[in-house]
Amino acid sequence: MIKLSHIKKIYETPSGPLQALKDVSLTIEDGDIYGIIGLSGAGKSTLVRCINMLERPTSGTVEIDGHDLTKMNNRQLREIRKNIGMIFQQFNLLSSATVYENVAFPLKLSGTDNKIIEKKVTSLLQLVGLQPKAGQYPSQLSGGQKQRVGIARALASNPAILLCDEATSALDPQTTQSILKLIRRINEQLHLTVVIITHEMQVIKDICNKVAVIDHGVIAETGSVIKVFTEPQEAITREFISVLLSDELPSAFRNQPISPTPIEAGYLLLRLTFIGENADEPVIMRLIKEHPGIDVSILFGDLDQIQMIPYGRMIIGIKGPQAAVTAASKWLEQQDLKAEVIGYVKRHNDAVD
Amino acid sequence: MSSDIMMLLIKSLGQTLYMVIISMLIASALGIPLGILLVTTAKEQILQCTTFNRILAGIINAVRSIPFIILMVAIIPFTRLVVGTSIGTTAAMVPLTIAAIPFIARQVENSIKEVPYGLIEAALSLGATPAQIIRHVLLPEALSSIISQLTTVIIGLIGASAMAGTIGGGGIGDLAIRYGYQRFRPDIMLITVIILIILVQLVQFIGNYIAFRLNKK
Repeated sequence: MIKLSHIKKIYETPSGPLQALKDVSLTIEDGDIYGIIGLSGAGKSTLVRCINMLERPTSGTVEIDGHDLTKMNNRQLREIRKNIGMIFQQFNLLSSATVYENVAFPLKLSGTDNKIIEKKVTSLLQLVGLQPKAGQYPSQLSGGQKQRVGIARALASNPAILLCDEATSALDPQTTQSILKLIRRINEQLHLTVVIITHEMQVIKDICNKVAVIDHGVIAETGSVIKVFTEPQEAITREFISVLLSDELPSAFRNQPISPTPIEAGYLLLRLTFIGENADEPVIMRLIKEHPGIDVSILFGDLDQIQMIPYGRMIIGIKGPQAAVTAASKWLEQQDLKAEVIGYVKRHNDAVD
Repeated sequence: MSSDIMMLLIKSLGQTLYMVIISMLIASALGIPLGILLVTTAKEQILQCTTFNRILAGIINAVRSIPFIILMVAIIPFTRLVVGTSIGTTAAMVPLTIAAIPFIARQVENSIKEVPYGLIEAALSLGATPAQIIRHVLLPEALSSIISQLTTVIIGLIGASAMAGTIGGGGIGDLAIRYGYQRFRPDIMLITVIILIILVQLVQFIGNYIAFRLNKK
């Protein structure tokens, strides 16, 4: 378990002290794939470096399995760092060493016997799928392959924790997917605790089970990924999610005034969210069946998976006699889903679609 | 050309090579570690010690600011202390070495500074000691660049060795002055210049080749 308590980090800069982290507390359980998301400059890279003490917090404690790293001397820190692998955005491989030598590097540092090194490196290269590249230099590899070498190197000393500092930010989407798959596989096979720093909500959604949103040096929000996605509490979280989950109204309704009270010839717009089992329920069909007086139009729909849990979102418009519309809206709110009233909106007359 | 002159040329070339090679070896043995210290003791580096860093940088700048011909004469007592004499080829090696040390230190500093800090960070995250980082990260990563820089230093030393004649050091440059200039022998002047050009070209070529072979970037 990684426990960060009241971490503060202040940098002395020529223009005065800069507070990168302001009282950050986080608990990361064993086996978690814990995402920390924030904009650049939010303090996330500083935060992840506090976990292995590449950055010493100005105050606060960093506990790993009950040991406080902030009280350790350099020798003790070097020992514990062997238990914390780290991968980087820029891979940080030795350009003068081959793939094999790069992966063997941490073992060489700890004076491991060459025979054992060879066995370990071979199995690691197999794990990351780079056996044929053992004799090549990093400059001969693609970005994804370089990150695989980085992962193999980070795993060489059998760490219990893997820190990923924007590990996929320099990669294209397909390569990002394959690296994330690899990280998940490692998490499952080797029971590794993974901490992922990113600015991309997609990464969080694809692989993390828990997330912390960091903003201007403070944790804005934490929780399970599904909960943060479905019930974001903070504006910054909604902003991150909106990149992935666009729920713009169709152009016929866009830029129209939204009224909380019924308006003539207006549609009552509702945002429906289905999570888990109820994503399969035929709610819309029952809505139409049980409320024969109304017209239902589906204005937006999207079905996705977060953490293997189906997650559907829909915006519908209901039109008809006011009593029937109100009844339908009430009915929806009683169903096993999240129904949120957006308001009454009129359709554009000059709508193109 | 008479065989006497031929012998003189070979002897002078030998003196030049002797001075340059020996002083280069000794200066490298001292200058490379100083160059490493210049980088690693700076602020926010693995052996941070800013006071030491400032003093070291100050001494290096001071030595580098003395013109070689003055340095040679100024340190005569020191030279006598070290090699027992203040004249001759061996005596000339002392100021050559002293002049080369800070030069090498600065050049090595520049090479090592080019190693991205991310690599040091990666090594730290793997539990490397500062000594291991120097040995396994900084030196191998900067080696190609260090070789290029040392090539420049060698060529500088060949140039400076021409002044060794002032204290009876001999060498090709001295030959050019004494025969080519003072005895009005343009043929000897020409041949010494040609030898120097070939020597410098050769050093540069070998340096470039080694640096190229070592560069895996």
